[in-house]
Amino acid sequence: MNSGLPPALVFIGGALVLPFLKGRIQAGFLLLLPVIGFLNLLQLSTGIHGIIAFWDYQLILARVDRLSLLFGYIFHLVAFLGAIYALHVRDDLEQMAGLVYAGSALGVVFAGDLLTLFVFWELLTVSSVFLIWNRRTRESLAAGFRYLLVHVVGGLCLLAGVTLQIHQTGSLAFEYIGLNGLATYLIFFGVGVNCAWPLLHPWLTDAYPEATVTGVIWLSAFTTKTAVYVLARGFPGTEVLIWIGTIMTAFPIFYAVIENDLRRVLAYSLINQVGFMVCGIGIGTPLAINGAISHAFNDILFKALLFMSIGAVLYRTGTTKATDLGGLYKTMPLTCICCIVGAASISAFPLFSGFVSKSMVMEAAALGDLRLIWFILLFASAGVLEHAGIKVPFFAFFSHDSGLRPKEAPWNMSLAMVLTAGLCIFIGSFPGPLYSLLPYPVDYEPYTAAHVIGQLQLLLFAALAFPLLLLSGIYPAEIRRINLDADWFYRRGGRLFYRIMDRALNGLNDRAEQVFSLGLAGWLGRRSRDLPFRLALLLLYPLWLARGLRGEELRKKRLALQQALADGASPLGIGAAVATAFLLLFIILSGLV
Amino acid sequence: MSETTAKEKQYLFDKPANIKRFFWIFYFVLVLLLVLDLLLPKHAIFPWENWPQFYAAFGFVSFVALVLAAKYVLRPLVMRKEDYYDE
Repeated sequence: MNSGLPPALVFIGGALVLPFLKGRIQAGFLLLLPVIGFLNLLQLSTGIHGIIAFWDYQLILARVDRLSLLFGYIFHLVAFLGAIYALHVRDDLEQMAGLVYAGSALGVVFAGDLLTLFVFWELLTVSSVFLIWNRRTRESLAAGFRYLLVHVVGGLCLLAGVTLQIHQTGSLAFEYIGLNGLATYLIFFGVGVNCAWPLLHPWLTDAYPEATVTGVIWLSAFTTKTAVYVLARGFPGTEVLIWIGTIMTAFPIFYAVIENDLRRVLAYSLINQVGFMVCGIGIGTPLAINGAISHAFNDILFKALLFMSIGAVLYRTGTTKATDLGGLYKTMPLTCICCIVGAASISAFPLFSGFVSKSMVMEAAALGDLRLIWFILLFASAGVLEHAGIKVPFFAFFSHDSGLRPKEAPWNMSLAMVLTAGLCIFIGSFPGPLYSLLPYPVDYEPYTAAHVIGQLQLLLFAALAFPLLLLSGIYPAEIRRINLDADWFYRRGGRLFYRIMDRALNGLNDRAEQVFSLGLAGWLGRRSRDLPFRLALLLLYPLWLARGLRGEELRKKRLALQQALADGASPLGIGAAVATAFLLLFIILSGLV
Repeated sequence: MSETTAKEKQYLFDKPANIKRFFWIFYFVLVLLLVLDLLLPKHAIFPWENWPQFYAAFGFVSFVALVLAAKYVLRPLVMRKEDYYDE
């Protein structure tokens, strides 16, 4: 018997309580909530809990197994670290949105059925957009709307897929899905949007760099990783994921080289890292899945650490543009060291966390004899070192002296960074505890002499190229420019669509106004004003002709009639004649009926 | 600017000697890695992993190729003014 609540409810319930608390009590509550959530998680035994009857179906709010638990642990951990980092923030909206967002991520991960999955999936999008909007700049507002738009499309695909799937199978169960038929493709695509697959990715690189300093820590942890979780549960071994993942590792690194905004560099880097996970899930062997999942765990930590350190720079200097930064190691040494630890972890240096997880995916690719894939992944590994390993710390903290002498990060930010950095080093040095939590038994040893030497060679000789390229002037200078990406299609394309719609629909509208409200209505108005005259003329004209009126006389009669009707001064006789005619007509008609 | 820096505290990499020291250590580690690669046993999955200094060469070439491609191919294609979307 277990007494735990579904993990999502702890956070979402907490979000409802939060606005009633103020100041330090609120801050304490924010720190306490992930701890309470974690203790609650430990109460949950493996199996299915939180069952709600819904018509003929059963909704399962907590399906607890090794896969969902591992994501549950890391989500609680990063929520706790993020809460420390955001301790100075006194903004009910942002804190509430953050808690609902974390709760929704847990809701997705523990969802035992497709409908629960979908509901939390949507809540994830809706709550996270406030972490972007809350930056309260024009850019963040616009980026937030674009973010919402893309995710709504993805969410609709997922909904369509889920509905079809339930209709076809008659069951809500969320187990292995695999690719067979339209329903599964729709689910696959919907998840792919949140996973930032190539061409579906620009919501991430567009919106994350515009998010709040503290919000981006949670953003970088939850949305893409819940998508990775759904792929790992629903689509392991789906071959197309190998290529999707591999492309994800490779293309963002080119953008990262030429990007000026360091938070955007980290956003590209996020896609690159998620690529390793997606690739591992596509390979689908126990080693590859273990690699993908453990890399998700590690990535949440080191990506949070990198966003924290650059966030601290943004908090202190107000910018993350490489062109405006440099030399900050002088006054922000702790932030600088934490950034370097994050950089070493993401680059997979031995003793740092990336090393013990990414190498499992590489090894799985090699054991599967995926030669081209392996080469691209290796190339991307050198690329990670370029942008996240060297570029981010170098341009922020070293490079040319920007003259900026900001204070060290506030104590709570520093504490969060030091704890996260400590975890990155601990996991990298002692991978045993993490390995023991993975879905499959681990038969893998990262610390062999050959692996350590090979990896160090790869990274350090790649690093050697950096000063050589920099000193020879070949390394591309940082420039205050933006780089077009796939979001061009809906940012510029959207504008084109708007213009076409504007021309077409408003043109149609104008034409309709011309024809109907100005033309037809006026014509009808004029005609109805003329009507009595024309009717009377129709009656009287043959009479006049019969009386022998011709030419000028006929014209005079006609004019007199028009004048009389216009003035309402028609001769009594005509009125009486018309009335009699109507009466006769009425009698004849009623007689017929 | 030079006046303020003159008064200011000297930091770690303000001294050229420290930068030099950093690079000497770096070069020493690189040479050490080249030597260790020859001495230590390998258990490769692919045959080319057994080639001497395979990873060193691959790392260096990848890095250079990446930077060149990004600078000379991607940047001319996609770089725009910062207000490109604001017009």
